[in-house]
Amino acid sequence: MNHRRYVDFLLTALAYLVALVMFFPILWMLLTAFKTEQNAFTMTPHFLFVPTLESFKVAFEQGSGYMHYALNSAISAVVSTLVGLLLAIPAAYAMAFYPTKRTDFTLVWMVSTKFIPAVGVLIPIYLVYKNLGLLDNIWGLTALFTTMNLPLLVWMVYSYFKDIPKDIVEAADIDGANTLQTMLRVILPLALPGLASSGLLALILAWNESFWSLTMTDHSAATLAVYIASFKSAEGLFWAKMSAASVLTVAPIIVLGWFAQRQMVRGLTFGAVK
Amino acid sequence: MAIVELKHVVKNYSGKASDATANAVDDFNLTTKDGEFIVLVGPSGCGKTTTMRMIAGLESISGGSIAIGGRDVSHVAPKDRDIAMVFQSYALYPHMSVFENMAFALRLKKMPDAEIRTRVEDAAKVLDIAHLLERKPRALSGGQRQRVALGRAIVRQPQVFLMDEPLSNLDAKLRVDTRAEIVKLHRKLGVTTFYVTHDQVEAMTMGQRIVVMLNGKVQQIDTPQRLYEWPANMFVAGFIGTPSMNFLRGQIGTDKRTVADAHFSLDLRGPRGDVLAAHGAAEAVVGIRPEHLSYLAPEDAYNDNVLNGTVEVVEPLGSVTMIQVLVGPHRVTAQIDSHVSVAMGDPIRLRCQTEKLHVFDASSERSLLQPPAA
Amino acid sequence: MTSPTVALPPRVERAKPKARLSSAPVRRLLAPAVIFLFVWMIVPLVMTLYYAFRNYNLMMPDIRGFAGIMNFKLLFTDPTFWDALLNTLILVGASLLITVSLGLALALLFNRTFIGRGVARTLAIAPFFVMPVVTGLIWKNMLFHPVYGLLSWVFRHFGLNPIDWLAHYPMLSIIIMVSWEWIPFALLILLTGLQSLPEDQIEAVRLDGANKWQEFRHIVVPHLGQVLYVVVMLESIFFLTSFAEIYTTTSGGPGTATTNLPYYIYQAAFFQYDIGVSSAAAIGAVILANLFSIFLIRFVAGNLNAGSAR
Repeated sequence: MNHRRYVDFLLTALAYLVALVMFFPILWMLLTAFKTEQNAFTMTPHFLFVPTLESFKVAFEQGSGYMHYALNSAISAVVSTLVGLLLAIPAAYAMAFYPTKRTDFTLVWMVSTKFIPAVGVLIPIYLVYKNLGLLDNIWGLTALFTTMNLPLLVWMVYSYFKDIPKDIVEAADIDGANTLQTMLRVILPLALPGLASSGLLALILAWNESFWSLTMTDHSAATLAVYIASFKSAEGLFWAKMSAASVLTVAPIIVLGWFAQRQMVRGLTFGAVK
Repeated sequence: MAIVELKHVVKNYSGKASDATANAVDDFNLTTKDGEFIVLVGPSGCGKTTTMRMIAGLESISGGSIAIGGRDVSHVAPKDRDIAMVFQSYALYPHMSVFENMAFALRLKKMPDAEIRTRVEDAAKVLDIAHLLERKPRALSGGQRQRVALGRAIVRQPQVFLMDEPLSNLDAKLRVDTRAEIVKLHRKLGVTTFYVTHDQVEAMTMGQRIVVMLNGKVQQIDTPQRLYEWPANMFVAGFIGTPSMNFLRGQIGTDKRTVADAHFSLDLRGPRGDVLAAHGAAEAVVGIRPEHLSYLAPEDAYNDNVLNGTVEVVEPLGSVTMIQVLVGPHRVTAQIDSHVSVAMGDPIRLRCQTEKLHVFDASSERSLLQPPAA
Repeated sequence: MTSPTVALPPRVERAKPKARLSSAPVRRLLAPAVIFLFVWMIVPLVMTLYYAFRNYNLMMPDIRGFAGIMNFKLLFTDPTFWDALLNTLILVGASLLITVSLGLALALLFNRTFIGRGVARTLAIAPFFVMPVVTGLIWKNMLFHPVYGLLSWVFRHFGLNPIDWLAHYPMLSIIIMVSWEWIPFALLILLTGLQSLPEDQIEAVRLDGANKWQEFRHIVVPHLGQVLYVVVMLESIFFLTSFAEIYTTTSGGPGTATTNLPYYIYQAAFFQYDIGVSSAAAIGAVILANLFSIFLIRFVAGNLNAGSAR
């Protein structure tokens, strides 16, 4: 019995240690963000120091500043999520409640487009965007984020709709509701929690997206990914500022992500794991 | 309140209507009376629910036509058929209060608020759910939900009610009570009603006419009493009545009046003997209901149409006792007085009421008896 | 009233396809999403395929036209492409091995009940939500830096020579960063898989007298099999397209040590302006991703049918 408790204690301690090691880089970034640049760039790391908000101030004020990029990130993430939902909800509604022989095929086709690597379509999209003047354009970028998240949204919304008994839609049919009335007054209120978590997941993925931001934008439509990437040649000069900007970029998503864990599993594995 | 007419209605999921064996519903014909209570009954997969869903418009029809109150609605959307439906799952809107559930259809019709309130409250009073109007469905018991589902149907004042196994989610006691209430409600409102169930007791107690279905085909449409007395075939005979009718297959004797094998011999006299004589086949199936068999004491000298067997199972039900008797290879169920004491393994003699015997064609399984005109 | 019934056919339970009256107008609801995906994914994909067979270099505007398999020939004779392919496979393989094995170990560790489990799990999962660009920069600068990085301080602390990670072990560094981000993903999904293990199955096997190892071997592993499959497939597809971690740290170097397929295509298109060759490489990347995704999609499709049979 004593031996058993000893093992239990060790395993628990190990779990804590692992959690700490995994979280440490984030913690270190957080600490560095509150240091002065001199304190941040030392051979012997400072664990105890007088915290300062100086780096955050610099991150906001220097150059275009954090807000310019944050605004682009927010607009592209929010709009792409909303447009994605707007496209996904009717599609998922049709497939969930009015399935035909081709529904399974359509759904699988949509899901499969998610697995086409972005580099596979990068070049034509870049060239077409260039011709249409959509390079470094926030709406061009937003459209790409929408494309990226649409299969996921369709699938998630579909799976939440599937959880609603078909009888309810038929009851609304018989009660005299048309498709729009059924959708707005019966289905959407019922699926609201699912829709919210689907949207949350899409928001997180769009905010963190970096491939399209790095290749398609330069400055005016640049997102936080581009802003942070601009520190890549800083070589120790702006570690505190870089950390501050990173904290501002990552913190909201980590918080949202903690709320969205379960939905994340369901969404990212396409329902294989719930 | 309307007459519903179904003419040669066919449902086929494969799209090949010519292949009759693949039809989920095949050549369904029925004309209701105004305000009639029709029960569709049969084992699962027999097409009864599909038939109802076609009347509702939730399923398209592959052939034939459906008319409600003289209007052809074969290709009319459900919402324009002026019908109301009670679902097996009740299908209440979980996010709406009881009041809003019942009012939903009326709101969609843009009915004035005051009239909606009157109608909903009237219906709630009839169903005894007036005190639940502000609750959400999840705060209700199964029986209460069932009433709300009924209420949602009756506030509409539709031409036709459709009920898809509305009692199957209730416990046994509540089911019996609600059964009677639905019948009372129907007598009061007088709306033509279609009621789907797989439970033949429910069908017998509720239906004014019953449609017995099997494998997409209508087996018989008749009143409960006539279904019991004059089943059209062995399926209906076995499906209606509990316990099921016993069937004994045997050779038709040279006198053309007897059906027998090595273990039993039943003499059919009178009109039954006549149809057998006219039938001319070598074999026939005799049907006898358990309640038409009775116990004969060993010393009883009665010896007309008696089955000799061995008691296999004894099931005392209190008022009566069900026994299963082996007559050679045939297993026969009999309902006997509960004060008769029999035990497993006892030899037993059972008297058949000759005037209650049924006789069926051995290959087509159809009844040979001619029912009297209704 | 009798019906024209003949011999009773055997009872058949028919599945009821939910054919509906009004499914045609509803198809219009599907159209916007389908068209959107078609325009933004399928059309560009076809264009990539088209470019792959064209002479198309932005630096040589005079040379245009059908190239046959020239672009593929150029690609296959470019040693960098083969390096990139090899690097891609190494990155995918090593990261898979690390994330799945550690993810499984951590999932088992966190599947026990202990005080503060929720907090510990939440901390361990956090790296997955970190933007890859941030991951790259934090690791490159504050952890991997040969002089001022935290790891070099730790090494010195233990009397060891600090390592210049990105210069001497560039691929390993990338693998470490990618794994740090994706171990939480494997952990999260495998843990969910473990927790969905039906309690009665465990109880039944215990009543049958199985020991811990037999329980793990005969109940947990088969149950986790599917979940592991999904993790491997999904991670493969994501690892194949790793970009930001490389972009922000090594830029594919030193030399071609960390140039993977996406980075190779990016360089070919944006620095050598060779649309034809980079398209040919992109087609290669799509085919590579398909090798994995076909299995995954078949699995999802299978799941779909199982789901609708409920």
